[in-house]
Amino acid sequence: MADTTPIRAGLRLPTGKLAGAGFGLAPIIAAVVLLLIVLAAIFAPQITPHDPIAQNPVLRLKPPSADFPLGTDAYGRDLLSRVIYGARISLIIGLGVTVLAVVLGLAIGLVSGFFRVADAIVMRIMDGLMAMPSVLLAIAIVSLFGASIWTVMAAITIPEIPRVVRLVRSIVLSAREEPYVEAALSLGTSMPRILWRHLMPNTFAPLTVQATYVCASAILTEAILSFLGAGVSTETPTWGNIMAEARIYFQLKPSLILWPGLALSLCILSINLLGDAARDVLDPRMGKRKD
Amino acid sequence: MAEVLNVENLRVAVDAPGGAEVVRGISLTISEGETVCLVGESGSGKSVTSLATMGLLPKGSLKPVGGAIRLEGEDLLACSAARLRDLRATRMSMIFQEPMTALNPVMKVGDQITEVLKAHTKLSNAECHAKVMDMLTQVGLPDVARIAGSYPHQLSGGQRQRIMIAMALVLEPKLLIADEPTTALDVTTQKQILFLIKELQEKHGTAVLFITHDMGVVSEIAHRVYVMNRGDMVESAPVDTLLRSPREEYTRKLLSAVPSLTPRAARSFASDRTVLQVTELVKRYGGGGFLSKSPETLAANDVNFTLRAGRTLGIVGESGSGKSTVARCVMRLIDPSAGGIRVAGHDIATLSRTGMKPYRKKLQMVFQDPYRSLNPRITVAESIMEGPVNYGTPRAKARARAEELLELVGLPRTAAARYPHQFSGGQRQRIAIARALAMEPDLLVADEAVSALDVSVQAQVLDLLAEVQERMGIAILFITHDLRVAAQICDDVAVMRRGEVVEIGDTATVLGNPRHEYTRALLEAAPGRHWDFAAFAPVSAA
Repeated sequence: MADTTPIRAGLRLPTGKLAGAGFGLAPIIAAVVLLLIVLAAIFAPQITPHDPIAQNPVLRLKPPSADFPLGTDAYGRDLLSRVIYGARISLIIGLGVTVLAVVLGLAIGLVSGFFRVADAIVMRIMDGLMAMPSVLLAIAIVSLFGASIWTVMAAITIPEIPRVVRLVRSIVLSAREEPYVEAALSLGTSMPRILWRHLMPNTFAPLTVQATYVCASAILTEAILSFLGAGVSTETPTWGNIMAEARIYFQLKPSLILWPGLALSLCILSINLLGDAARDVLDPRMGKRKD
Repeated sequence: MAEVLNVENLRVAVDAPGGAEVVRGISLTISEGETVCLVGESGSGKSVTSLATMGLLPKGSLKPVGGAIRLEGEDLLACSAARLRDLRATRMSMIFQEPMTALNPVMKVGDQITEVLKAHTKLSNAECHAKVMDMLTQVGLPDVARIAGSYPHQLSGGQRQRIMIAMALVLEPKLLIADEPTTALDVTTQKQILFLIKELQEKHGTAVLFITHDMGVVSEIAHRVYVMNRGDMVESAPVDTLLRSPREEYTRKLLSAVPSLTPRAARSFASDRTVLQVTELVKRYGGGGFLSKSPETLAANDVNFTLRAGRTLGIVGESGSGKSTVARCVMRLIDPSAGGIRVAGHDIATLSRTGMKPYRKKLQMVFQDPYRSLNPRITVAESIMEGPVNYGTPRAKARARAEELLELVGLPRTAAARYPHQFSGGQRQRIAIARALAMEPDLLVADEAVSALDVSVQAQVLDLLAEVQERMGIAILFITHDLRVAAQICDDVAVMRRGEVVEIGDTATVLGNPRHEYTRALLEAAPGRHWDFAAFAPVSAA
């Protein structure tokens, strides 16, 4: 009856080969770049040549020199040190938001995919959240509760949650029709246990991919908030607020915007490339079913 | 007669360095006006052979590595892609198992046939239209103007397959390849489609390569038969010779595995204990929506039956007859709209989820698709242990029991630690049965439990069910569309049509001497009903 077996078995081979031999240079370069950024952020106190917030009015807007490789800003602070410290905030926000959004989104999505009543209510709230521009929502939350790294994290997390919820919900909706879920039901397995054991594992692969996009988007949103002055307080250097401060000196010294901007772009590009590579490997259509 | 297709020593291998050969040097020929059946179980390479002929092997995964395929003398393996594309519509064409996926869902079916004509002929619009209408009439569709203006989803499965046939034959190809074209259809529709293919073939003199796993279909339409097994050609012979005196052991085994349509001898009553009593069961779908009133469908209407311990009741019927609905109501996977379901004297039809818990133990189910009924991420042992652990059995004890059960269903104890994907379809179905038995149920509901399996595996699983029943004295509610299977395993049979039981009684009476016209129509449509495959002889006129 199912006579496609040999063909399907054949189709799988090239994907296996693909995954084994690597999928091009881009993801490897991306991984190296991201690793460098992470290491720089962790060891920032050891590798930075200067204190990122020590001001020195005498050394304002200096061009690159041996002492200040990227020059100094309007307050005489070392730009290189500030960009390296800026990576800390970006990565903390990126990681924090990803963990929060995935954990909360997963929980809400599982419940909403499995219980019809909850679904109706939860999804309308999610639709409402998605109807608001995420940056505006974040600005509103930050101005309501004051700017700190925690409020910024919360403010970026909330608009990200619906994207995770919708993904998880759609997976649960299709997985719960699988006969093995009905089998579990007839074995007397309780609802929470069915969710935990039979439905949740289906979401892991697509969630891993989604998480990378959430992470990239969170880092970008944080930079936007900082740039608009609604982010972490300006005492802490972030890529966004370095660029914001540099805006008025743009014609005088464009490199003040160039370097943090470049760091931001490289970071986000790397994460997205890794996400694409993860998707190629984990794509549910390439299937776990070895039948 | 002129030879249309000549496949010589064809070898197809996985497209990778050192890739395994999936078709190993097979040869076959088809002449004008001849129907040749290619039979084999899954993985035999019969579909690969047909795809190779059409030049449709999936690129980058399978490729022909030797031999020749000649269509009227032209070697297809040496053809360019453009030449093949041209040949595919004009000289050879193919129809597939699932017409819904083979048709474009967003295009009217009439336009889809016109497209074929436009691509390969220089006919004017009016001529095209006339030809399409003529073809639709030829494939026996009613009201052709309306059908031509319909989208695939608006047609029934049988109608869609007729459209596929019309599309395949509109350019009058020399060769028609039919890859399991009736497998997804009900028996009565299957009969019509088989008849249609035969009729058109006689009219146009087309050579037909018919790929199937169903010996019944073979006996109905084939002139000659080729039997394949794991990429090798086992034997070939005119159909009558093959069915009467197969030369090879494999063919003999394949034929013997086909269940007989003659009901098995009645068994004596083992027990009088009633396990399941269904009274006036009704299941409605649709109806009172919140804002709209959609028409309501009666998926099951006034269904009554009783099942005693150690007995098997079969529910047979075509798709949409409500047989699965009844099974799922009994299992309380869906809620019945009205009526009673009594298990061991208690009505469970209206129990809540928690109220059901004590009764779930008594009812267990084996599902149709063995590839989807086991969670691929947990080990076989975990799957089997799940039920008992839910009811408080200590894990160590449940584990030991799981291994015992695996042995009972004919698998090694070591299977417990492995994952479902490491097993074949038949083995997985055994695991699913072991999982159901772990609960020590009174009633086993088998919903098309052997329909997805090859005949030889099917016979083994049926034997297993019979053995388990004898040993444990459980009752089995066996849902199937296959009258042959029902005849061999059931003590009683209920025939369902459009939600209603039209006939119920012991198997010998219902299938041997049917009273209702629908039962008779079903029996009449069963392919190969005049042939007793296991006996290698026609059914004696009894």
